[in-house]
Amino acid sequence: MIEINPLVIFFAAIFTNNMILANFLGMCSFIAVSKEIKTAFGLGQAVTFVLTFTSILNYFIYYKILVPFNLEYLRFIVFIISIAAFVQLVEMIIDRYFPALYYALGIFLPLITVNCAVLGVSLFMLIREYSFIQSLAFGIGSGIGWTLAIVAMAGIRQKIKNNKLPNGLEGPGITLIITGIMALAFIGFSGIVKIQ
Amino acid sequence: MANLKETFAKGFFKDNPIFIQILGICSALAVTNLMLNSLIMGIGLIFVTAFSEMTVSLIRNRTPKHIRMMIQTFIISFYVILLDIFLKAYMPAMSRALGPYVGLIITNCIIMGRCEAFAQNNTAKDAFIDGIAYGGGYAFVLLLISFVRELLGFGTLFGYTVMPAGFVPWTLMVMPPAAFFLLAIIIWVAKNILPKEENSEGAKTA
Repeated sequence: MIEINPLVIFFAAIFTNNMILANFLGMCSFIAVSKEIKTAFGLGQAVTFVLTFTSILNYFIYYKILVPFNLEYLRFIVFIISIAAFVQLVEMIIDRYFPALYYALGIFLPLITVNCAVLGVSLFMLIREYSFIQSLAFGIGSGIGWTLAIVAMAGIRQKIKNNKLPNGLEGPGITLIITGIMALAFIGFSGIVKIQ
Repeated sequence: MANLKETFAKGFFKDNPIFIQILGICSALAVTNLMLNSLIMGIGLIFVTAFSEMTVSLIRNRTPKHIRMMIQTFIISFYVILLDIFLKAYMPAMSRALGPYVGLIITNCIIMGRCEAFAQNNTAKDAFIDGIAYGGGYAFVLLLISFVRELLGFGTLFGYTVMPAGFVPWTLMVMPPAAFFLLAIIIWVAKNILPKEENSEGAKTA
């Protein structure tokens, strides 16, 4: 167990070790859903929510069930099931009790199961041997960092929507270049906090 | 197998998972700082794609349609676990370098996409070859990006120094932004060189 203040992990996950800009996780939906700020923010909220709770869930599953029974090698399959099941559960609960929220998030929820960031956070927290509180801070921070990146990207893409681009660079091409510039900007944060 | 050449042409260029379909780029960018990492990752992905597609194809007539996604995920996870155990046992250093990205092959959209689009309707042998072609296309782009990044970032290729002694490494190339820029350039070039009608924009999500 490494002794790092959970608050440090929280801020590092947002700025220096941002899921998209430093670890390249969750790129698929990042590129596909970053056309409008509103939808991007909706997806970001849903991802943050799922990330926080699946990191808790997977933490307990791994250390309370898999480790005592020496089944660590099953973690990939167990994590993906727990994430899919959790997303399904959240979808049903929100649908039943918070129809307004379901209307806002509904379409994004199934997308989250295939978001690499969710599985990535669960795997990172095991590799870095975080304690429970550290994992929680890491999960929330990663979610907020992911939201920050996708909302910023959506804002930029809305601005450049009507601009002329070189042939072949429209869509994913220009998005990747903007992401690269954003990643460069985020490197400026690297002195603030450090984890690893 | 008259269309063997055609399958490989599709997997490597016309329908390349990374620069045409924009699938599975999460892991593509992360491991490309060194060529050796990319090579191992590429081989791993070829292995998982080919065998997952073959397995999906073998049991396609016995799989109930409504739970096929779940079954495909299980099959993919199974091969990823094999790969992970193999790397841990025989290449512990490489396993540490790739870190969580081996596990993240499960959420790599390329495999799921090919299982769904090809293996579901074709024989096991064709599916296996299709998996090798598309996994190969992925590995090809990975090696391309890592070639530039390692050459300019460290002055080496596969760990061997190739640049003259006075060469100053471009630190930027080692850092994440370079991966984004290079991939964008590859997409740009590919879209201009390759024939227009093959662009399948539909598979962009997921």
